[in-house]
Amino acid sequence: MSEAQGPLSRRRLFGIAGAGAAVAGVGAAAGVFGSKTLGTSDQPVEQAAAASVPFRGPHQAGIVTPAQDRMHFVAFDVTTTDRAELVEMLREWTTAAERMTTGQEAVPNGAVGGSEHAPPADTGEALDLPASALTLTIGFGPSLFDKRFGLAKLRPPALIDLPHFRADELDPARSGGDLCVQACANDPQVAVHAIRNLARIGFGKVAVRWSQLGFGRTSSTSRSQSTPRNLFGFKDGTNNLKAEDTADLSQHMWVQPGDGPEWMTGGSYMVTRRIRMHIETWDRAPLAEQQAIIGRAKGSGAPLGQVDEFDPIDLHVRGEGGIPLIAEDAHVRLAAAESLRGVKILRRGYNFTDGSDGVGHLDAGLFFVAFNRDSRTHFVPMQKALADNDAMMEYVQHTGSAHFAVPRGLGKGEYWGQTLFG
Amino acid sequence: MTPSPARTAFAAAATFALTAALAACGNSDPSGSAGGSGAIAVDAKDSSCTVARTSADAGTLTFEVTNNGTRTTEFYLYGEGDRIMGEVENIGPGLKRTLRVEVPDAGKYTTACKPGMQGDGIRADFTVTGGAQRQASTDTKLAEATKSYKRYVDNQIVALISETQRFADAVKAGKVEDAKKLYPVTRTYYERIEPVAEKFGELDPKLDLREADLESGDKWTGYHRLEKDLWVTGLKPDSKAIADQLVTDVKDLQAKAASLEYTPLDLANGAKGLLDEVATGKITGEEDTFSHTDLWDFRANVDGSQAAIAALRPVITERNAALGTEIDTKFAAVDALLDKQQVGDGYKLYDKLSKDEVKEFATAVDALGEPISKVAEVVSAK
Repeated sequence: MSEAQGPLSRRRLFGIAGAGAAVAGVGAAAGVFGSKTLGTSDQPVEQAAAASVPFRGPHQAGIVTPAQDRMHFVAFDVTTTDRAELVEMLREWTTAAERMTTGQEAVPNGAVGGSEHAPPADTGEALDLPASALTLTIGFGPSLFDKRFGLAKLRPPALIDLPHFRADELDPARSGGDLCVQACANDPQVAVHAIRNLARIGFGKVAVRWSQLGFGRTSSTSRSQSTPRNLFGFKDGTNNLKAEDTADLSQHMWVQPGDGPEWMTGGSYMVTRRIRMHIETWDRAPLAEQQAIIGRAKGSGAPLGQVDEFDPIDLHVRGEGGIPLIAEDAHVRLAAAESLRGVKILRRGYNFTDGSDGVGHLDAGLFFVAFNRDSRTHFVPMQKALADNDAMMEYVQHTGSAHFAVPRGLGKGEYWGQTLFG
Repeated sequence: MTPSPARTAFAAAATFALTAALAACGNSDPSGSAGGSGAIAVDAKDSSCTVARTSADAGTLTFEVTNNGTRTTEFYLYGEGDRIMGEVENIGPGLKRTLRVEVPDAGKYTTACKPGMQGDGIRADFTVTGGAQRQASTDTKLAEATKSYKRYVDNQIVALISETQRFADAVKAGKVEDAKKLYPVTRTYYERIEPVAEKFGELDPKLDLREADLESGDKWTGYHRLEKDLWVTGLKPDSKAIADQLVTDVKDLQAKAASLEYTPLDLANGAKGLLDEVATGKITGEEDTFSHTDLWDFRANVDGSQAAIAALRPVITERNAALGTEIDTKFAAVDALLDKQQVGDGYKLYDKLSKDEVKEFATAVDALGEPISKVAEVVSAK
């Protein structure tokens, strides 16, 4: 074991560096970035970025948890046809997931404590890294509810096959899935480590269908966080549902008793959309056009016609000639609750760049993740309005899509999927 | 056709002046400092409309309208002849709403509250002082540019109608091979002036919707519907009707475009919009997914972009000669690449291009798009 000491202590150094980067992020979130007080608030801030988020609770973590800086999302196809084997894997996943969210290896002493002649049970790249606020969130896709596992009767009516929206260019290899796990953390290595080890445990029972890395959060899910910017350069998620809006969360995001099958009560429906941005042509668009498309000022994030970011959007202000200041096809107008019979969703998306597309353009955009109480009444009408009318559609293309039922959180001793399989 | 069914560069151009003004004032201190500025409170009741001040300095005026009445109300600032300078609607009882309005010129204005959102409202005079008199002179070169572009558009539409008629006749006669030959040629006239068609929200989707842009329940009409009939499914019972509809719709386009007036920004943004079409739709081979005649459309988009720039050219030369030269060079590079792919009177099919050739096109279009994106600023400068 002494040979391991060298590399381990070097990893420790990297670990600290990683946490340092995350600290800057949280500093910004706490509103102290750029001020001189960063040094004094250093200690609590560092703890927050590196700390662990409780794995068990009434709701799964990773939904209203203040959005971490990084994400690794994975969708699986279930390859086994044996229900018991699938349930056994979910139990194994639960144990490993809970350990990893506290900063431990997937298996006790898994990285270097086993036989020299066996492959290590934990892949090791997160050794000595802090928990980094890792959350692991599981969801079940529509395709799981076919004949294989006798779940057809338990399929929630809200877990629809999403319709084709205008201009969708979906790649089947980036869409769908029987299961998903969303890993979010303040250190990308911690998120990737979690997904990698779950995928490994799953070999023979599940196979990775697609996965997506996100390098920067594009939403704030708590009033304690500042609003980040998406790759269009605009603040995104100003009007998002937030952890503090408990009444709105019950009305719009958490599945309530009687909404559908009981196993989903306290859960939420998750929609993911891989939205490629045509950033090269966007970058050639005049500032006025960009702002007209979004409906907000690029600098302050204020809705057009208002002064501050958090000023309410006023869709009824008109300028010279009676032309609405927020255009009829502006993104914020079409996505506003007022335009959608009052419905709201919680967005938790991430910026991504998957290298380039081979013809000299970045393959970059927004990995949209949203949670809602019923996608039929919330996400679908919103996305339809956007696909039909949003001026932004000129600059985006939806290339992946998936829908998952995310059950409530786990009580003591429960395993992932217990309300469904148990 | 772009993923968005309608209004792009032109729609944005229409709001340009307005939003530019907003952006400019976005950083200013709304409370102001000079006398006669700062937010102006408006106390709106069912039978009164009390404006805290009745005069202000020219610039950005901020009205904070509080509805202390029992009926939903509106607040307006009118210029001479009841020209709306700004308004805020739908202010429910008890609500406070903000109207920020750019008033650059001194003069007599009118405020009005409209309880019940009806009638002329409760009006009062409002005076704006100071402010620079705006230059009223029209730049003759810019006026000539827009006139010359209008002539170009009108000529293209005349050709579009006659070519579309020939294409429709071939479809209706069941002459599939003839129709296939005419298809890319006909589209050329449309693709050159597509930003004009996009000005009419309903028309562009009727003429040019791609299959992926459809939603279940939509009726698919236009060029691409016939493209699929000709190349994939064979002509269908309603193909003749679709062909007739196409002719009707391009004639409708002519009637509508006849009364259009263009601004220099329309031209600049249209030139950019056409290149965006190439960069996002043609490079990927999505536009003509059945016929693979994308390079004809590509050529036409570049032609249309070039025509709009050519009309503006005297102004570009006057104000930024180097930009004009750079644009010429970059257009020439794209032209050379297109020429290389010429086969007879047409072009190589898009699915026969190598990955390297596609990348060459993409790189050249990006290189051209950058200087083109600077034209709007040059022609809008005062």
